[in-house]
Amino acid sequence: MKKLNPTVELTIPVLPDMELLATQTSAAVAKHMSLDEEKTAEINMALSEACINAFEHSGSNSDIEIHFKISDDRLIIQVTDSGKGFDKSKVDIPNIEEKISSEHKRGWGLKLIEELMDTVQFESSEDGTTVTMTKNK
Amino acid sequence: MPDFNISVREQNGVVIIDTDGYLNNVGGEIIASECYSQVDKGKKDFILNLEKSPVVNSIGVSIIIEIIEKLQDVNGSLSYFNLAPIVDKTFSIMGLTKYSTIYTNEAEALKNLT
Repeated sequence: MKKLNPTVELTIPVLPDMELLATQTSAAVAKHMSLDEEKTAEINMALSEACINAFEHSGSNSDIEIHFKISDDRLIIQVTDSGKGFDKSKVDIPNIEEKISSEHKRGWGLKLIEELMDTVQFESSEDGTTVTMTKNK
Repeated sequence: MPDFNISVREQNGVVIIDTDGYLNNVGGEIIASECYSQVDKGKKDFILNLEKSPVVNSIGVSIIIEIIEKLQDVNGSLSYFNLAPIVDKTFSIMGLTKYSTIYTNEAEALKNLT
């Protein structure tokens, strides 16, 4: 019998390039859902950036938890860290005109995630952050 | 850890860098180091062949922005060809296309630079 709304769970350590392990899993999930190459690539990129944000900004060395929630019409991915949290309203939206002459060229992750996914939500507290991203089928 | 390698060639004064591997912070720094070394030798125009780098992250691309800034100081240019669609899209979202040019292939890039 087909299980309704199956979930794939993945735990990755905070180590260099572990985001690639996450995207291997998202690619397999996307293939299972018969998502096209474009959507698969967008999911992989957004997930990679969410993992890198957790690695770089959470301030925690605890593992990152990733849940892939599969349904008939969408894929929901949740990336959870147990870091210090952040206030999204205080994160500047980057633009190239400022970045090109700025000392700080980085800070593009949230913009990429929001551009590449259909919906994105952030829940953050001093106990950690969960990014919930949806890609419609 | 994934390897990242480059090979460097020159045509009509334009430096062409063929990349191979994940364009992350390590990959970006390798490209930047090569570009800055070539700038010190008087080179100004660079093309990246990203055919074998279909996976990038924003940190690696941020280093590309740094290279663009450095090349502006010498009236130089940075261009690309053979981008995977998601890399093309990432460059567009981040605005690199306002300060550098994406070409379909090497011949088109060279035609516009030489």
